[in-house]
Amino acid sequence: MGSAAVTPRVRIQQDDFDLAVEAARLSAAHSNVGAVVTFSGLCRDEDGRLSALELEHYPGMAEAEIMRIAQEAVARWPLTGLTAIHRHGRIAPGENIVLVVAASSHRQAAFEAAAFMMDYLKTRAPFWKREHLVDGRPGAWVEAREEDDTSAERW
Amino acid sequence: MAAVKLRYFAWVRERIGTAEEDIELPEGVATVRDLLMWLQKREEGYGEALRHPEAIRVAINQEHVDHKEGLDGAREIALFPPMTGG
Repeated sequence: MGSAAVTPRVRIQQDDFDLAVEAARLSAAHSNVGAVVTFSGLCRDEDGRLSALELEHYPGMAEAEIMRIAQEAVARWPLTGLTAIHRHGRIAPGENIVLVVAASSHRQAAFEAAAFMMDYLKTRAPFWKREHLVDGRPGAWVEAREEDDTSAERW
Repeated sequence: MAAVKLRYFAWVRERIGTAEEDIELPEGVATVRDLLMWLQKREEGYGEALRHPEAIRVAINQEHVDHKEGLDGAREIALFPPMTGG
């Protein structure tokens, strides 16, 4: 597997992304694509409690760390393409936060690589979420969840 | 003594009260754990930020390290809470 490993595409940006455009980019990049898995993570309003999440990040390391995770994914699974986009700044409920697109000849590699990317992104990519409440006050920093560590350990 | 840039993120940054600073590492501060113990005793904000040093995540030159890691060759050391992106 992975004799000619693909180069992952990693972007850290304030702006939104377009799921269809990013999926199409990987569908068109290779003639032997049989499966494209697209995962997007969105901002919740926590049952009406939040007006936004603010994502702080570590510029430079954020790109480098996600690229390290992506390089591991392309080494472990026979992918034809891999994209990861993570937004920072203020993000309103319903808006996109993160995107992973994994393409492969067969579905299992694409599913697994996308799940691996998300589990590792959550525990290793240097981003921190802070809540903004509907009444305008800044809320608390979101606490890391133990389930995310457990989820990452399965790989 | 070696000059390094320290960077702080999220609530570590807020409690310390600055996003970054340049410092000279004193004699005897050789590992990440030594650095955390030394910083903890500086001023009130540092003590508050680093009250539970085992919970603090650290990166040297923008790569994750554990608390046993040596500081040789460190140009930039970042301290931050467990990550909550994704």
